[in-house]
Amino acid sequence: MKYIDEFRRKDLARKAAEKIHEAMVPRQVRIMEVCGTHTQSFHRFGLANLLPAQLHMLSGPGCPVCVSTQRYIDQAITLAKHKEVILLTFGDMLRVPGTHSNLEKERAQGARVQILYSALESLAIAHAHPDKKIIFLAVGFETTAPTIALTMIRTREQRVKNLFFLTSLKTMPPALQYLVSDARLNVDGLLLPGHVSSIIGMNPYAFIPKEHKIPCCIAGFEPLDILEGILSILQQIRRSKPCVANQYVRVVRRQGNPRAQKIIARVFRRCDAEWRGLGNIPKSGLRITQDFFDFDAEKVFPVIEKGKKLARHTQCRCGDVLKGLVLPKECRLFAKACTPDHPIGPCMVSYEGACNAYFKYR
Amino acid sequence: MKVKKLAGEFAEVETGRLIRTVNIQMLPSVKVGDYLLVHAGFAIGKIDPGKAQETLALLQ
Repeated sequence: MKYIDEFRRKDLARKAAEKIHEAMVPRQVRIMEVCGTHTQSFHRFGLANLLPAQLHMLSGPGCPVCVSTQRYIDQAITLAKHKEVILLTFGDMLRVPGTHSNLEKERAQGARVQILYSALESLAIAHAHPDKKIIFLAVGFETTAPTIALTMIRTREQRVKNLFFLTSLKTMPPALQYLVSDARLNVDGLLLPGHVSSIIGMNPYAFIPKEHKIPCCIAGFEPLDILEGILSILQQIRRSKPCVANQYVRVVRRQGNPRAQKIIARVFRRCDAEWRGLGNIPKSGLRITQDFFDFDAEKVFPVIEKGKKLARHTQCRCGDVLKGLVLPKECRLFAKACTPDHPIGPCMVSYEGACNAYFKYR
Repeated sequence: MKVKKLAGEFAEVETGRLIRTVNIQMLPSVKVGDYLLVHAGFAIGKIDPGKAQETLALLQ
C-alpha cells in the first residue's frame, strides 16, 4: 500500500540501522517512545535486533486505555448496570480492571455494552434506540478529542437527546512535563507521538529541549520512521544540540491541524486530570464546556460515585511501566499471573499497552 | 487512504481493496486522489507526497 510499504523497506531499514550504529555514542542511551503505537510497531517489526546493545527503548504513558483510572472504569460499570443504558466503548476498554469487576464481566451478566470503531457510530445507535440512554466512553488523547468533539457537535445539530459522553480525554504535553521533571526518569531522548503531533503541531514540545535539554523527535509509526527518529535523537545527542525534530514531515506541520484545534476548543476546556500510575497532573485533561453540559454523562447521571477511592491491592507495576521506570518483564506478574487472557493491569489489556506488546513479541 | 469520492462532510476512501466512508470536517480542502491519515473514522491529516519522498530520499 502506498505510503506504508515504502516505509517498511528492508534495504532502507538496514541502511538506517547502519547509520544508527555510526551515530551511537560510547555509553548507555535511553530513549522513551512516548506513544503506545510506537511500542507495538517497534516490537512487531523486531527493531530491537537492529539496534546497538547499549541503546535502550522505554515505553511511556501514551496509551489512553492504560492511563484511564480505576475510578473511571467503576463509573462506567455503575452506568452499565442501569437497564435503560447502552454503553458504547472502544474495544480495548472492555477488560480494563475496575475495583471489583470489568465491563466484559458486566456484559456477560446482562449489561448492554457495545464496541465501536468510530465515535460517529454512536449517533446511529442513538437514533435506533430512542427509548434507551446511550453513553459513550470517550477515552483518548489529542487525536481522539476532535473526533469526540465533532460527534458532540453533530449530536446537537441532529437534535439527538439520548446520547451522552463520559469523557476521560487527556493531553500529552503536560504529562511529558511531569515525566521529564521527575529526576528518576533519566532519559536521553524522547520519540514523540506522530498522530497527536499532527493535531497539536511542534510548538507544545519546545520546553523539553529548552528547559530540560532533552533531544526530541516526532516520528511516524512504520519501521523506517522509528529508525529515522532514533537516528535524529542520536545526532542531537552527539552535537549536544537538543531540539524538537520532525521526522514525520509527510503528516505533521509545525502548526498542527488548526481546524482540529478549534473544534477541540469549542467543546472542551483544560482541567486537571488523574492518570493511572502517574497521579494528578495539572491541566492535562479535557472536560466538556458548560455549553455542552447536556451531553456530559457526569452532569446528567448524578448516580456516578464521586471521589470514592478503593485501593485494589496487587503487585502490578503498570504505574512504573508507564513512567518508564521499569520494563514490563521486571514486573513479577508479567507473563505469569498477568497475560493478555488474564490481565491484572491495564498495560497488558490494551493493544497499545507496553506489557501487551512485550508479551506478544517475546 | 486514497480519496475516491467526495460527499459533503464525508469522503469515500480506499485502502487496499477496502472502501470506507470517513468524515473530513477537520481538513480544509480535500480532493479526489489525496491520501488521508484516518483515525477512528475521521480524517485527521493529509499526506504530503513530496515530503514523503524527501523522508525516503534521506536514506537512499
